[in-house]
Amino acid sequence: MAHKATRSSFGEAIVKLGEKDPQIVVLDADLGKSTMTGDFAKKFPERYFEFGIAEQNMISTASGLALAGKIPFATSFACFLVGRYENIRMSVAYSRANVKLVGTHAGVGIGEDGYSQMGTEDIALLRSLPDFVILQPADDRETQAAVQWASLYKGPVYLRFTRQKVHDVHDDHYQFKFGKGDILKSASSKDGHKAKVAIFTTGGVVYNSLKAAEELDKEGIDSSVINIHTIKPLDKDLVLELARAHKQIVSIEDHSIIGGLGSAIAEIVAEAGISTKLLRLGVKEFGYSGSPEDLYEKFGFSIPKIKQSILSFITTESK
Amino acid sequence: MLREMKAKSAQNAFKLEEEEIKRLKEISRDLRVWIIRMLAEAGSGHPGGSLSAIDILTVLYFHTLRHRPQEPQWPLRDRFILSKGHGVPALYACLAKAGYFPMEDLLTLRKVSSILQGHPVAETVPGIEASTGSLGQGLSIAQGFALASKMDGTHYRVFSMIGDGETQEGQIWETAMSAAKWQLENLIVFLDYNKGQIDGPVKEIMDLEPLASKWTSFNWDVQEIDGHDIAQILNAIDRTRGIPGKPHLIIAHTIKGKGVSFMEHKIEWHGKAPTKEERDAAIREIEDTPI
Repeated sequence: MAHKATRSSFGEAIVKLGEKDPQIVVLDADLGKSTMTGDFAKKFPERYFEFGIAEQNMISTASGLALAGKIPFATSFACFLVGRYENIRMSVAYSRANVKLVGTHAGVGIGEDGYSQMGTEDIALLRSLPDFVILQPADDRETQAAVQWASLYKGPVYLRFTRQKVHDVHDDHYQFKFGKGDILKSASSKDGHKAKVAIFTTGGVVYNSLKAAEELDKEGIDSSVINIHTIKPLDKDLVLELARAHKQIVSIEDHSIIGGLGSAIAEIVAEAGISTKLLRLGVKEFGYSGSPEDLYEKFGFSIPKIKQSILSFITTESK
Repeated sequence: MLREMKAKSAQNAFKLEEEEIKRLKEISRDLRVWIIRMLAEAGSGHPGGSLSAIDILTVLYFHTLRHRPQEPQWPLRDRFILSKGHGVPALYACLAKAGYFPMEDLLTLRKVSSILQGHPVAETVPGIEASTGSLGQGLSIAQGFALASKMDGTHYRVFSMIGDGETQEGQIWETAMSAAKWQLENLIVFLDYNKGQIDGPVKEIMDLEPLASKWTSFNWDVQEIDGHDIAQILNAIDRTRGIPGKPHLIIAHTIKGKGVSFMEHKIEWHGKAPTKEERDAAIREIEDTPI
């Protein structure tokens, strides 16, 4: 089972794509060693732009490059990119520029560096921009596919990657379908009987969510697990279908519980008048230093913690 | 004989230039009238910084830029990015006059169904290259175009205009560093130094001086001109051709509200539209001023 950070998968994918498409350019703000753009820089020095520590200049320049026909991938830590939200809003979104923003170091899963380097509100901010696509792949294969898709799509895309290594949740046959929820596990209930719980999950916590669901199986809790790689536009039809077919819904994301996947699901479900209860698991406070494993335990993203949270949610709701 | 021919040819060139300057002056006078008309019709907007910029924009759109108003997306066109987006009435007036869209559209400025938003928007208006209006960003966007032009070997030039108040933005100085790093000699930037910003005189709000030496020390080619003197604007642009390996800054000393005596040097005309009476008085003055 491969074990690779999605930022590393991005670094490999962008080199392959760069070989095929000469319009692809990569921009960095003194974090190339961390955003994994080094191979691209070595291979295509004339298509690689190092801005130094100047993210707003990088983002707006990416817009100019895109408007001139290039396909720029502008990279930094997720928090530093959306720290320049207004540049994304004006130079990229409002100019309809074909810019791909690559935010690595998503969530508390980055570990020891602590909150200042953690992207924990990026999805919330970018979800508010019209026509902005947000992709968060869960493993190596999905990352390769998502980066390729983004390079072919015309329009602003935000790609969110992990610092930490993640386990594969897909095999060689996996096909990335933009805008479609990826069902990793289907509940077994049939014939009009509602299954217990639908678990929507994304990015670095997908593997643990899936494993926790398998643990719940042993407790007789029938669940579905859906990997949401396309957070915007969200697969509304699937969310509604599963919200109707399950007694409860859970969202799990290494991001603030405000404005991320859980919020997006809540909006869809509430607007449709569906009364299924929702538990949002996510980041509820400032992050802090610690090993990724310790932090996942602390923030409730470890396999036992996810299992425990879902169990107590289901029990409470069943009373 | 040869000397006579040379003298005559120089004289002809001088005469041609005189005629060209006169032609450009007539256009900018006409566009000043349109700026006043459109702002009065809109009931809001920025006359001060539009009137300070219009002579430079006139030279760009009616003399310098290689562009095709009937084919706005022509790939080899020179680009112009108005980084000080609030000066857009001056740009709209140039675009309409050049034929990008009908002159009458100017009178729909800032109205709900108009393509002419209060600040520039890419794609929706023919001839507008990028959305601007949040100060500091347009210069970086222009830099992106200039990088692409060099990468593609298309050699189109990229012109931009930044405001003096805008120069207080940190992002301007980030781009000042990077454009010099990449030796963007195809990037020509005008700084509309009209000395006023919303809250007061630039000098009091956040003084930029010494301005020219700041840019020189950032490795830019720097010139200072009178931004209302057509000959100086033409010469400054010409001069940039001979200086390789450096981006170009032309500090244009201008007058906020230039051409309308009751607006000139007055901060309150930064972002206020003229009433009908003020409009008529302003147009009368512009039209009565000899070229």
